[in-house]
Amino acid sequence: MILAALAVVLLRNVFRVALSLVLCLLAVAGIYITLSADFLAAVQVLIYVGAISVVIILAIMLTRDVQWGSPSGRLRVPAFLVALLFLAVVGFAVIFTPWQLAGVAPLEPTTSALAIKLFGEGGFILAVEVAAVLLLAAILGAIVLVREK
Amino acid sequence: MLVGLEHYLMLSAILFSIGLYGALAKRNAIVILMSIELMLNAVNIAMVAFSSYIVPELLTGQVFALFIMVVAAAEVAVGLAIIIAIYRHYETIDATRIDLMKW
Repeated sequence: MILAALAVVLLRNVFRVALSLVLCLLAVAGIYITLSADFLAAVQVLIYVGAISVVIILAIMLTRDVQWGSPSGRLRVPAFLVALLFLAVVGFAVIFTPWQLAGVAPLEPTTSALAIKLFGEGGFILAVEVAAVLLLAAILGAIVLVREK
Repeated sequence: MLVGLEHYLMLSAILFSIGLYGALAKRNAIVILMSIELMLNAVNIAMVAFSSYIVPELLTGQVFALFIMVVAAAEVAVGLAIIIAIYRHYETIDATRIDLMKW
């Protein structure tokens, strides 16, 4: 999975970059399954591997820059340093924080529990509505942006 | 070796760092967008790991991960639409040559 993620930033052919991104997203779905988040794994496969990758590949084909590749800019070395610094700081925080683990096995079929959490009493129903409005606005904005003049 | 919370968090941090490097260093706008997707997925892994190791009965982290996915989908739709519009106008998606808003 980390190899696929590295391939996303290291390969030069944009189409291969998109394919390794798909591989990495599938691996993330597997990680969700190991964390016993089955609904999230299914949603990950549906949305990321199904929809977002298709849209990205479509955009790559529309822009026809596969031959041009994905070179690095002038900021390559500073970007690498910033990423390394971030990794060091977060790794330090992860290792030296005393996490208060619950020690309880997580809920196994999460779908109905998630639905209660989202739509039930004292849940996230307002956020769900806002997310729906956000999606509608994003779709309308995308259509307006790519419309032929 | 038993896989614990720290391993998931380190995986998430490594993925986020790779995405950060890609988003900062690359010149192709679509590759930058893909790197941002990597970073969002890394955050999702951290959320779900916290959710299942620290508050296993509450599922709040998974709800947050769902909302991150919604926002990521919206972001990809709008971002790719902007990239295609820019490509129509400038015939390039090189992020260093799109300098309309630089002074």
